[in-house]
Amino acid sequence: MSISRRDLMAGAAALTGGLVGGLARPDLALAQAAPKGTLRVIPHAALTILDPVATTGYIVRNHGYLVYDTLFAQDENLAVKPQMASGVEVSADKLTYRITLRDGLIWHDDTAVTADDCASSLIRWGKVDGMGRRLFTYVESVTSDGPKVIVMKLKTPYGLVMESIGKLSTNVPFMMPKRLADKPTTERLSADEQIGSGPFRFVKGDFRPGARVVYERNGKYVPRTEPASNAAGGKVVHLERVEWVNFPDPNTALNALVSGEVDYYEQIPADLLPIVSRAPGVKVQNFNPLGNIGMARFNNISGPTANPAIRRAIAKAINQSELLKVAIGNPDFYKTCYSVYPCGTTFDNTAGSELMAKSSLDEARAMLKAAGYNGEKIVLLATTDIPVQSAMAQYTADVLKRIGMNVDAQAMDWATVLQRRTSRNPTDQGGWSMFFTWWEGADVLDPVIQFALSGLGTEGAWVGWSTDPDMEKLRTQYAEAGSLADQKRIASAVQARQFEQNFQVYTGQFFVPTGFRDNVSGILNAPPFFWNIKKA
Amino acid sequence: MISLIATRILSAIPVMGVVALIVFFMLRLSGDPAAILAGDTASSEQVDRIRVSLGLTKPLYEQFFGWIVQLLRFDLGTSLFTGLPVTTLIAQRIEPTAMLALTTIIFSVLVAVPMGVLAAWKSGGWIDRLVMVVCVLGFSVPVFVMGYFLIFNFAITLRWFPVQGYTSPFTDFGRFLTQITLPTLTLSFIYIALIARITRASVIEVLGEDYIRTARAKGQIELKVLFRHALKNAAVPIVTVIGLGVALLIGGVVVTESVYNIPGLGRLVVDAITRRDYPIIQGLILFFALIYVVLNLIIDIVYTLVDPRIRY
Repeated sequence: MSISRRDLMAGAAALTGGLVGGLARPDLALAQAAPKGTLRVIPHAALTILDPVATTGYIVRNHGYLVYDTLFAQDENLAVKPQMASGVEVSADKLTYRITLRDGLIWHDDTAVTADDCASSLIRWGKVDGMGRRLFTYVESVTSDGPKVIVMKLKTPYGLVMESIGKLSTNVPFMMPKRLADKPTTERLSADEQIGSGPFRFVKGDFRPGARVVYERNGKYVPRTEPASNAAGGKVVHLERVEWVNFPDPNTALNALVSGEVDYYEQIPADLLPIVSRAPGVKVQNFNPLGNIGMARFNNISGPTANPAIRRAIAKAINQSELLKVAIGNPDFYKTCYSVYPCGTTFDNTAGSELMAKSSLDEARAMLKAAGYNGEKIVLLATTDIPVQSAMAQYTADVLKRIGMNVDAQAMDWATVLQRRTSRNPTDQGGWSMFFTWWEGADVLDPVIQFALSGLGTEGAWVGWSTDPDMEKLRTQYAEAGSLADQKRIASAVQARQFEQNFQVYTGQFFVPTGFRDNVSGILNAPPFFWNIKKA
Repeated sequence: MISLIATRILSAIPVMGVVALIVFFMLRLSGDPAAILAGDTASSEQVDRIRVSLGLTKPLYEQFFGWIVQLLRFDLGTSLFTGLPVTTLIAQRIEPTAMLALTTIIFSVLVAVPMGVLAAWKSGGWIDRLVMVVCVLGFSVPVFVMGYFLIFNFAITLRWFPVQGYTSPFTDFGRFLTQITLPTLTLSFIYIALIARITRASVIEVLGEDYIRTARAKGQIELKVLFRHALKNAAVPIVTVIGLGVALLIGGVVVTESVYNIPGLGRLVVDAITRRDYPIIQGLILFFALIYVVLNLIIDIVYTLVDPRIRY
């Protein structure tokens, strides 16, 4: 027997044709789109930790808002409004807060929400969150008075009680049953313990850590009657199911959105935006008006950056406009912002900001010389797996070299940065000088909520251990201020002090838009919330 | 045969022990997960508290022996992040990876073995050259490039297949087929190249043997000569490469899993490495080592079936 060329080709065609013809049925492929009532979402990160209080990750916060609820919440104007609470009574001496729960609140295990549960939840949150810990230094007790009234007693009046327990972003004071809230914060809540009273229920059986998380509408949730506004107002759910599908590859994520296999891509990388914006059936919009505030954090206690004058020289050298162009690229999605608070918000001001607003390499060189810099090594922890941070580090390394600094930019993944930056050793023994990150605007709105402004040093400040008793005095004055005018005045003073001490360099405000299919509507101007959304 | 199996199983124990030792101490050099668990905005104090709660401040030898005791109870530990047992996580992820490995190896063998035999039969001719070109391409084109190429053409442009995802064949077989086709084709490309080359080389060697000439002289049809006499005698290296290919596929399909968003073991181990989730990494590496040991044993057993001269 001989096999001819024609036979070979016919065989190959049969093989290929059989495979493709047998499987490539358009109806099957199109059936991959999420069914009506199900919103398939690509979140910005994989959810692995489920305890909504024990960690500060934004993905955990977003999970928390689906499953859990809060006593109070901030609306679009960042005003604190009742959410699980029906209201609050404050005593004339401002030492007692009586918070009454509204009717119809039920945990996902079908037991009633009680004031006792909420008191324990507040206590748990107060052990972890920066703003919560500050609040609890003023708190004498949090107890219940019957099933519906939470009583918070203070030792001395404190101006930020409502702002603290109604805070929008991480760590959010989510409410949970007492038996869960009483767990130590180092013991994280597991998949079995996702019992909240929020508008969605966590579906434990479908949880694939790092790959997929599923939420179903909580049919017993009673929303408020006010319209939804940021985290406040009625959380009316129009979807039956929300599926978070984690995509490790942004190109595949984009293709899945374009092909209609997913409905919502939370954060589209800047380099993919031109492709998405041309794709039929896909819309792109920024739903986070506060944006993100970039930050280059210094090691304030070790190496050359322990010297505030050197930190100021570095700030002078960094040109925010150039840096944002390098890191973000598209000017539609960034803007320079020389305030330590998000530009356009209540405490945005110009005190001391000329340091960065008028950047100059020549002046930076002169300041460096005057500061006594003598060629000591500056170690930059340069993240490689987060493009925005990587670009910030590369730009900064270049600028610092141009002003004559001895720069050692060490490339590593973000996980390694998180570990390395906890080291307080000198730079030649595993220590560091600078790293790059960003905060959501909601996390830097005022002097107290902005943890990076803490001057508590090794006794409680953020990594980098900024140490400044004067700054702490100002932050305390802000917390105890009686009026908005006083708060604004002190917030300006805090900003001026930051630019004197320069715990960190602010690297501008940028926005990461969301991509979604054109049959999806009702997305709120807020962190990714999934109530109010409709899918046609 | 039974003594071979018993010996291999016993010899696997020190192998696994060495793997466990190396993995444990290498991982400790890469830092710990406390800072990642605490999050970006955590204070040093919070990180330290988590480190203590995870037992990461205990002496290394104490941590190691604790883990070994756990292993002796067939307990791979619990993920530091999710709080789920590692065995549960492996069980959740093994099916997509195993299915992808299975479809890839079946498709690769079905295509590559005839290709290799044909190339050997027509050695030096245009068919041989064509097969070699395909093999060179298979080795040269990175998996992710092939993946994006297939996605762009068959999922985005023609819309014949979905871009991504995995559905169990036991849930919806039709959907499983549509979702597994492109990843299978992507991965098969390199395995077809590998198996076809080995097949070609082995068959060329065998085709020069006397018994092939005898078979032809007896008037056997060429197809029978090629597949019954030549291929059967050339099977040992082919079986070896197929067996090792399966082992490689179980632990090494992370790029394909990422490009097609398949929640398999490859992604589980990479995600665990980026988070320094020690128990998952340790458990998975031991699991992969076990798969290699078992597959090698299976390959040795299969040798005796394809070549009666081999006896243990």
